[in-house]
Amino acid sequence: MSEHHDKPTGIKRWLFTTNHKDIGTLYLWFAFTMFLIGGAMAMVIRAELLKPGMQVVDPLFFNTMTTMHGLIMVFGAVMPAMVGFANWLVPMMIGAPDMALPRMNNWSFWILPFAATMLVSTLFMEGGGPAFGWTFYAPLSTTFAPKSTDFFIFAVHLLGFSSIMGAINIIATILNMRAPGMTLMKMPLFVWTWLITAFLLIAVMPVLAGAVTMMLTDRNFGTSFFNAAGGGDPVLFQHVFWFFGHPEVYIMILPAFGIVSQIIPTFARKQLFGYASMVYATAAIAFLSFIVWAHHMFTVGMPVAGELYFTYATVMIAVPTAVKVFNWTATMWKGSMTFETPMLWAVAFVFLFTIGGFTGLMLGVAPADFQYHDTYFVVAHFHYVLVTGAVFAIIAGVYYWLPKWTGHMYDEKLGKLHFWLSAISVNVLFFPQHFLGLAGMPRRIPDYAIQFSEFNFMSSIGGFAFGLSQLLFLYIVIKCIRGGEKATAQVWDNPEGLEWTIPSPAPYHTFETAPEVK
Amino acid sequence: MQGQQQNIANNKTTRRLLVVVVAMFGFGFALAPMYSALCKAFGINGRFVEIQEGNYDAKNKVAQITKVDEGRSVTVQFTASRNQDLNWEFRPMENTVSVHPGEIRTAKFYARNLTDRTIVAQAVPSIVPGQAAKYFNKIECFCFTQQTFKPGEAREMPLRFVVDPNLPNKITMLTLAYTFFDTHQGQAANDVHDSSITKLAVHSVTTDAH
Repeated sequence: MSEHHDKPTGIKRWLFTTNHKDIGTLYLWFAFTMFLIGGAMAMVIRAELLKPGMQVVDPLFFNTMTTMHGLIMVFGAVMPAMVGFANWLVPMMIGAPDMALPRMNNWSFWILPFAATMLVSTLFMEGGGPAFGWTFYAPLSTTFAPKSTDFFIFAVHLLGFSSIMGAINIIATILNMRAPGMTLMKMPLFVWTWLITAFLLIAVMPVLAGAVTMMLTDRNFGTSFFNAAGGGDPVLFQHVFWFFGHPEVYIMILPAFGIVSQIIPTFARKQLFGYASMVYATAAIAFLSFIVWAHHMFTVGMPVAGELYFTYATVMIAVPTAVKVFNWTATMWKGSMTFETPMLWAVAFVFLFTIGGFTGLMLGVAPADFQYHDTYFVVAHFHYVLVTGAVFAIIAGVYYWLPKWTGHMYDEKLGKLHFWLSAISVNVLFFPQHFLGLAGMPRRIPDYAIQFSEFNFMSSIGGFAFGLSQLLFLYIVIKCIRGGEKATAQVWDNPEGLEWTIPSPAPYHTFETAPEVK
Repeated sequence: MQGQQQNIANNKTTRRLLVVVVAMFGFGFALAPMYSALCKAFGINGRFVEIQEGNYDAKNKVAQITKVDEGRSVTVQFTASRNQDLNWEFRPMENTVSVHPGEIRTAKFYARNLTDRTIVAQAVPSIVPGQAAKYFNKIECFCFTQQTFKPGEAREMPLRFVVDPNLPNKITMLTLAYTFFDTHQGQAANDVHDSSITKLAVHSVTTDAH
C-alpha cells in the first residue's frame, strides 16, 4: 500500500497518477481545452454565416467545422467535464478514499488525449476531416466519406473505451465504497444522477461502438450493413445511431441536473425539495431515453403508427423533467436566497434549459417536426439544452467547488461579469436561430438566402461575444488557482454534504478512515 | 481486511458490468437482423423482399385479383437510377401513368450499357409509400432476372403490373423506383456476406421465407 502514499512530482505525477483528485483535474483541463478548440470551430462557423455569400471558408471545410465542432463538444468537452466532476466529487461525497479502480481510472483518462489528437489530426489529412455531420449518417459516412474517416472511427472507439471504463469505475465506487450509514437514498443527488448516467453509458456506448464497427467493415471489408446494393439499408444506420444518440443526450444532461440540485439548496438555504421524487424522475428519464430514439428520424418515412408511438413516448419525458424543474423552483420558494456566481449560473440553467425543453416538446410532435426537421430551429433547441443546459451547469459547478479544489475564493466580481456577459450573449447567439429555423433556414449550410441576413448577423455577434467571454472564465480559474482569499472548509453558508467537512483545499488523501453518516 | 473485501466486491461489480458491455455490443449488431425482420413483418420499408429472394409468385398474386375498380384511379410514377459505379443509361419511357386498381398495364424502361464491356446487372425495385409494396403486383418484370448487356447494347424492358384493388383508399399515388446494380459487384459483396457476420443482417430474412 505504501506506493499509494508517494507523491511523484512533475509530469510523472500526472502521467502515473491514480488519485481521483488528480484525475478529476486532468479531465476538467482536458475538457476545457477541447471546449476552446470546439469553440474556435464554432467561431469559424459563425464568421462564415455572419453575412450571406461565401467569404471565409469553402463549403467542404465549413461542413468539416460543423461536424468536428459537434463531435468535439459532445465527446471532448461536455462528457469529459462531467467525468471530471464525478472523479473529484463522488468519492468525497460518499466518504470514500478514492475511486474503486484507480489504475483503470488513469487509463480512462489517458486514452482521451490520444483519441482527441487522432480526431483532430483528420483535419490535416488528404481529403479533409469528416464532413458528414456529428451524426455521421450512412451512406455519407461510408460510401462517400474521405479516407480519414477510418481514423475518425478509431477515435470514436477509443472515446467509447474511455467512457465505458469511467462508467464502470463510477458504478463500482458508488455501489461498493459508500461510508457506513450512507444508504442509497441518503446519497447527494449529484451521486445519484451519475450512478444512473453511468448505467446509460454502459448500455449505449457499446452500441455506438457497434455502429462505427459496422461502418468500418462496410467501408473496408465488403459488408453491406448500410449499403442497399448488398441488401443493407442506410435507414438502419439511423436506428442504430439514435439508439445510442438519444440516451447520449441524457448522459450529458443528467449530471448537470445533479450539479444544479447541489447548488440551489445551498444558496436558497433550504433542503432540496422532493429528494425522492428527484431520484425517481432521473431514473424515469433514463428509462424513457431508450424508447424514443426514432423521434430524431420522423421524416424517414415511418408508418403513422410509429410516428404516433414515438410522439407520445417523447412527450411523456416532459413529465419527469417537469418534476425536476418544479422541485428546483420549490426549493427556491421562500428560501433566503443569495446570488453568488454559482447560483446565478444555476438559476439561469433552470430558466434557459426549460426553454430548450419546450422547443424539444415542439420537435417531439411528429407533424410539427416535419416542418422543423433539419432547420435552425433544431440547432437552437439543442444548443439551449446543451449550452445553457449542460455547459452552464458545468460552469456553475466549477464556481461552486473551485474554492474546495484550490483553497482560494475566485474573484466574485469577475465571476458575476462572466455570468452576465455569457447569459446575455448566449441568448443573442441562439434565440434568433429559432426564428431562422421557423422561417425555413436549413442547418449545416455555409450560405443562405438574404432574408435570413439580420438574424444570422445577430447570432454571429452573440457568438463572438459568448466565445470571448469564455476566455474570461479561463482567466478567473487561473487567477483562483494562483491565489486569492483563503476559503474555509465550508466555503458557503452551511452547505450540505461530506465534501464540505474536509479542509479547503481538499487534502491529497481524504476519508482514509470512513466517516460515520447519521 | 476491509480493503480486501472491497476489492472482491469491486471485481465482482466490474465483471458483471463487463458482461453488460459485451452484451450491448452484440445488441448493436443484432439490431440489423431485427430491423430486417420487423420491416418484413410489417411490410414497411418499401422493399420487395420476395423478389429479392427469388420466390415471388406472380401468378398467384394476380389470380386473386378478379375485378377492376373503375371507381378510382391511382397515379403511378416511375423513377430509375443506377448504382454509383455503373456506367449506364437507365430511364422510364413514361414518367407517370394513371391506372384503375385491378387493371393490367405495361410500362417500359430503357437501358443502355455505356461501357466497353459486357455487364450483368440486376434491377432492384422499391416503392413509396412503403406500406403500398404488398399491393403492387408485378406480372412480368425485368427485375425478376439478371439482365446481360453487351458493350454499348441498348434495350427496352417491359414491366407488366396490376395494382391490387385492396389498396387503401388514402393512397392515391405510388412511386416505383428501380435501381440498377452491377451484379458482378453485388456478387462479390454477397460472397463476403456468406463468410461474415452480415450474413445475419442480409440473409436472415431469406432463411425463414424458404
